[in-house]
Amino acid sequence: MNDFYTILTASLVAINCALMGGFLMMRKMVMIGDAISHAVLPGIFMAYYISGSTASLPILAGAAFSGILATLMIEWFTKKARLQSDAAIGVSYTLLFAIGIILISKWGQNADLDQQCVLYGEIEQISFWLQPVAFGIVLPKQTIILLAVAVLLIGAVIWGYKGLFITTFDPDFALSTGVAVTFWHYFLMSGVSLTTVVSFESVGAILVIAFLSGPPAIAYLLTEDFKKMLVLACLIGILCSIGGYYSAKWLDVSVAGAISTFIGLVFLVVFIGTSVLKRKVDVIST
Amino acid sequence: MEFWGHITTFFSAENYTLFVVGIGSGILCFASGVVGTFTYLRKRALIGDVISHSVLPGVAIAFMLTGVKNPFYFLIGAVISGLLAIWIVDYVQAKSKLKPDAILALTLSVFFGLGIVLLTKIQHSGNDAQSGLDSFLFGKAASMSIADVKLFSIIAVINIACILIFLRGFSLVSFDESYARSVGFNVKFLKSFLALLTVLTVAIGVQAVGVVLMAALLITPAAGARFLTNSIIRMLMYAGLFGFLSGVIGVFISYSGTGMPTGPWIVVVLSLFTITAIMLGKQRGVIARLKLRKGNHIKINNENILKDIYKIADDGQKTIETSALLQQEKYAVSELKAILNRLEKQDYLDQVRGFIILSDRGRIAAREVIRKHRLWEIYLSKYFQMQEDHVHDDAEGIEHVITPEIEKHLIKLLERPEIDPHQSEIPY
Repeated sequence: MNDFYTILTASLVAINCALMGGFLMMRKMVMIGDAISHAVLPGIFMAYYISGSTASLPILAGAAFSGILATLMIEWFTKKARLQSDAAIGVSYTLLFAIGIILISKWGQNADLDQQCVLYGEIEQISFWLQPVAFGIVLPKQTIILLAVAVLLIGAVIWGYKGLFITTFDPDFALSTGVAVTFWHYFLMSGVSLTTVVSFESVGAILVIAFLSGPPAIAYLLTEDFKKMLVLACLIGILCSIGGYYSAKWLDVSVAGAISTFIGLVFLVVFIGTSVLKRKVDVIST
Repeated sequence: MEFWGHITTFFSAENYTLFVVGIGSGILCFASGVVGTFTYLRKRALIGDVISHSVLPGVAIAFMLTGVKNPFYFLIGAVISGLLAIWIVDYVQAKSKLKPDAILALTLSVFFGLGIVLLTKIQHSGNDAQSGLDSFLFGKAASMSIADVKLFSIIAVINIACILIFLRGFSLVSFDESYARSVGFNVKFLKSFLALLTVLTVAIGVQAVGVVLMAALLITPAAGARFLTNSIIRMLMYAGLFGFLSGVIGVFISYSGTGMPTGPWIVVVLSLFTITAIMLGKQRGVIARLKLRKGNHIKINNENILKDIYKIADDGQKTIETSALLQQEKYAVSELKAILNRLEKQDYLDQVRGFIILSDRGRIAAREVIRKHRLWEIYLSKYFQMQEDHVHDDAEGIEHVITPEIEKHLIKLLERPEIDPHQSEIPY
């Protein structure tokens, strides 16, 4: 059962991240996702400090608000202070992360939180906190929250697909036809923040970034159709969770690290495969 | 006075560890700030993040191969894997349709993931000497030894020396690569060399503040320095100074409280320096620009009102009713009152119970704006063949911006015209 719980948890994170990452990638904002995943730390600390270790969805949603604050900070630096955008991202998230670490070091004992956990999570210990759901089904607490968020995100993406799609691929057209570009921007950022916050305890910031960037990038190399790409990214994420988990068990190493590495390997294979294929097509067509 | 007690202890060098750590962090942050200036100017802030995450597997492999905790071997491993990461980012970007942001995020997370895999492998293999490797994740500024400080100093000196030697080349490459190439610089060499210096700096910096915060050491000082100066030499000096001061102050703060981590405090202090510079910078600073914008706003309002009064009052000769200005519906009552009161204070006009008359000064100012407006209209219709009914809107904006020098040129160029395209006279 332990294997199943771990793979299920990682797969749920993979699905959440693939959905958000697909849109982020098309908006050229993956590094903002990276920044948010570090910048939510003060929010996570507050959530833990207030509620102890019993994290609940509303409190985590509150913590996700710190991700929105990070995007606002980045926007202030670029628009009002006219700092170049890459530096705005770098300056903002490192400051928020530093504040988060200071808070945790000073008062973290009460919050059962440490730096290690923030970076690479504790997915190995996920099944320590089992909880009955319904019909005799028992799931780890983290997994239940991740499942709820996955349902929420899939629902949100289906409900808001049109708005997200148009503002991602043709923002100028969207603006001229009166689509609320700003609304959809923050809609997506809220999703990214929520994903990061609920995933961090189980898998840590690094695997979140790997899931946000890897599966969508691999899927994008394989297909141009955006809907297909999103589904494919989810499937690749699940595949990498399974592959990474068993590699970690086999080699006796960190699961989060192994899944990230596995994503890298799959990318390498697909990248080389598509390059070779493209060269062949080029040769034939010439 | 416990606080002063801390300060005197700190600077008396009686507390040897504190002194060593403070100076060490200072030198380290100084070197990062200087090298990071070029990272910033080349708009590669996020590459710094990638390098700092990607040194981890190199360090782990160096340990696995040698089995000893030797900072020099670690450095070699770190530099190799850091350079490999940069190469991968550049290669994938050149060979695929993926955008830089996705490639950066993927590279950093995969390298870091691989690093964690290797690190846990070392841990589980039961090798006792591994305990020091963790410092690559979170930094260990607090436990810096005199040997570390020596190493940092040597690398800082190498960095500064290389930057001074190649200053012209590095600056040109950062500002305009193609120009640098066209005037005969070996751009490829300069870029690779700069990358090597950056990786070297990151590889030692990571040990002090950890992977996540290393990006701040590179970028944050330069970001602040950019708001204070336009000269690259001064920018390098400011960035180095910000780095050094935050290194020292950060160590000091973390020593004066219990359970205070050093790296994060360095970054917080550094960010405060930078945010202050962003706010207070003389030309580019937020406050300076707000002031300038407000000043422009006031100038435009003043000139528009003077112009309106001048026209309504038949070339400014007559007294007019204030309500005549309101009828134009350009300004709200309160705003109009504020502008008129301001103008009265500056002697541009006199107000008596709902009536206004321009002073000599006001009349001259109004004529000047109208003259500039009409000259610009002529210029547009003569040199751009614009229709007479299209030139007004453009002139409405530019009339507030034309300087006396430009006006002189316009008059000369247009041979001191008498009437504008709408057959109105130009007041000289």
